[in-house]
Amino acid sequence: MLTVEKLHSAYGRIEVLHGIDLQVKSGEIVTVVGANGAGKTTLLKCLSGTQPVTSGQIDFRGEVITAVPAFKRLERGLAQSPEGRQIFTNLSVEENLRLGAFLFSDDRVDADMQDAFTMFPILKEKRNLMAGGLSGGQQQMLAIARALMGRPHCLLLDEPSMGLAPLLVAQIFEVVESLKARDVTVLLVEQNAFGALKIADRGYVMETGQVTMSGPASELIADPRIREAYLGI
Amino acid sequence: MDALMQFLLSGMTVGAVYALVALGFTIIYNASDVVNFAQGEFVMLGGMTTVFAHAAGLPLPLAAVIAIALTALVGVALNKLAIEPARGAPVVSLIIITIGASIFIRGAAQLVFDKQLHRFPSFSGDEPIRLLGAAILPQSLWVVGGAFAVFFGLWAFFTKTLTGKAVLATANNRLAAQLVGINTGWVMTLSFSLSAAIGALAGVLVTPITLVAYDVGVGLALKGFAAAMLGGMGNPKGALVGGILLGLLEAMTAGYLSSQYKDAVAFIVILAVLFAMPQGLFGAKHTERV
Repeated sequence: MLTVEKLHSAYGRIEVLHGIDLQVKSGEIVTVVGANGAGKTTLLKCLSGTQPVTSGQIDFRGEVITAVPAFKRLERGLAQSPEGRQIFTNLSVEENLRLGAFLFSDDRVDADMQDAFTMFPILKEKRNLMAGGLSGGQQQMLAIARALMGRPHCLLLDEPSMGLAPLLVAQIFEVVESLKARDVTVLLVEQNAFGALKIADRGYVMETGQVTMSGPASELIADPRIREAYLGI
Repeated sequence: MDALMQFLLSGMTVGAVYALVALGFTIIYNASDVVNFAQGEFVMLGGMTTVFAHAAGLPLPLAAVIAIALTALVGVALNKLAIEPARGAPVVSLIIITIGASIFIRGAAQLVFDKQLHRFPSFSGDEPIRLLGAAILPQSLWVVGGAFAVFFGLWAFFTKTLTGKAVLATANNRLAAQLVGINTGWVMTLSFSLSAAIGALAGVLVTPITLVAYDVGVGLALKGFAAAMLGGMGNPKGALVGGILLGLLEAMTAGYLSSQYKDAVAFIVILAVLFAMPQGLFGAKHTERV
């Protein structure tokens, strides 16, 4: 589904990604874990096209998309729920969802919206409220629901658990896990390594712009180095 | 009583022009958070181009359409040549760029056209219509009608169409707009052309009453800005109500105090709004959670 080869990216003259290789197969949940500042968010931004790539290649569903502008990547089935949620604060919940399906104007839009309301009943309750007034957890739900409205084949999720209460974190991870049943492939970036590895099939560990370890999530979660460095055990 | 009615009618006419300018502000502000101080120049270009196209022998309606289309192109050029290259700069810098652009457009108009005052014939003659003891020019009805038509058009655009919502989304969060598949560059082009076209339409409608010269834009931009502030920046309803209120205030001041104080009204309004209610009459109250 998604193959990243020797990806380099920089902010100005400071390189933050030093050749990332990564692969996500169709139907998988793959997670990228690592400390703050490891370059996880930058990696996702490169994938969604909102951060320039200095060299390397991104393949998505058999096509090179490295140079495709951000707004055209959703058309190809690659959606991102960005860091910090980035919902449209001055539009209603329902308008946010409708804009998630900006590319579509068929009957399925309504069905998808009902689907989103079933997934997150609280959004249905608050559908006419300004999205900026939602709580952090609700905003996160909206961000995920909005991304799903774009009918992605692959969803890039950036730190969905950030700043949320433990109960909400569990709920968000449950939703991410349930995407598998909807044929949505997931690339999940998380600082909450334990929660992410528990629901993922495979994982990558990033440190200072490089992948230092990778493998099945069950093996990573059992690895003593990871347990010490990221799981606090 | 007759005098009051007369002031009300002339206030409505002038107010409708301010409303059209304020509506132009609204679109660009909604798309980019930028207050485009070149908005008044669009009005001037609409009027001047119509004058010269008409003088060159084109029928008036055709000349007007050409003027509106050309001004829309100037709007697109303003975005492509001045605003887009500065993307990422703070909003204040962009606003200053629009002030620079307005000075440039005024200078260019002085060279391309001339420095004279011009007018072209009214659309429906110059015979005043008697109304409750006051007189109103048929052209005034065109101006007021134009303002309301544009208002309803924009209101429907922003609340009923997905494209309108895409414009609002682009202003609110450009990054997220791109992630849902909105071509934000195209949204900016659309906003500037639409805004310029509305400005030009105002110029076409009002020239038979107020005449046009290369330098009428500055005053209109300031009045339109005051109207938009009064109504609440970014809200089409605010632009319409703010424009008409400002026009009425001006007409009352000119009628009952002195016409010398007329132009001061706009600035008193700006100050009063900034002190007492910075969000304006219909402006969104910011309740953002971070």
